[in-house]
Amino acid sequence: MQSITTMHYVVLAGALFLIGTMGVLTRRNIVIILMSIELILNAVNINLVTFSRMYGGVQGQVFAIFVIALAVAEAAVGLGILIAMFRNKGTVLADEVDLLKW
Amino acid sequence: MFFYIFALLTLGGGILTITRRNAVHSAIALIVSLLGVAGLYLLQQAEFLFAVQIVLYIGGIMVLFLFVIMLVNLDEAAKQAQFNGAWAVCLACLVGIGAEVWWFVSRSSSMAAWHKPLASVAAAVKGSGNTERIADSLFSEYLLPFEVASVLLLVAVVGSVFMARKESPQE
Repeated sequence: MQSITTMHYVVLAGALFLIGTMGVLTRRNIVIILMSIELILNAVNINLVTFSRMYGGVQGQVFAIFVIALAVAEAAVGLGILIAMFRNKGTVLADEVDLLKW
Repeated sequence: MFFYIFALLTLGGGILTITRRNAVHSAIALIVSLLGVAGLYLLQQAEFLFAVQIVLYIGGIMVLFLFVIMLVNLDEAAKQAQFNGAWAVCLACLVGIGAEVWWFVSRSSSMAAWHKPLASVAAAVKGSGNTERIADSLFSEYLLPFEVASVLLLVAVVGSVFMARKESPQE
């Protein structure tokens, strides 16, 4: 079996990114849309860590930590909005929130 | 060898996450996917990120997700159509993003380095431990972003508490 190169990780991260994008674009349930965003952020983290390893530095890993901190903040705010929305409109489906649409 | 196992966990978990009808099943599939990513960190000698991934993502964010799933009644949503039918838009976006990434990757000037086995560059990483090096970098070179991130987290905590609270009667 050939040894693992940077390319393997980049292709894997690209595939995970596309899976996450697909989830964001096609699902109706907002909880699962937020989970898909987590998948996208994880794909970015894989790339950061891989290039950090490739160049022998640690900067990529530091930025991965910042991305994780952002993901935490995003999840907390997103789920807070979701709870407020469920209380006001009684739905968690993204395309039923269409007040600004005509 | 381990790379393929973890890659399978990651991608399989990801696909299950976006296809399950029940949100709890999605959350469990996402945990599998995040565990696969944690394994990939371990393979790349990022031990600190491995611990952070398990503690923060799987222990923190996923518990938050499961809490919200229990708090919000999803039974009604599970009975309805799960996909919004925007397949053409989705396909166009996927093809666009895929082509863009492929184009940039194929034009990269460091292409030769991309095809070198990663095990051969591991020698350069020797020295002090991974956590120590991250801490050195985080608290000297990236001190300002670190502090900004702490303010951001404070804003997120206050904001989410404010949004999720019940309306107070005296207003």
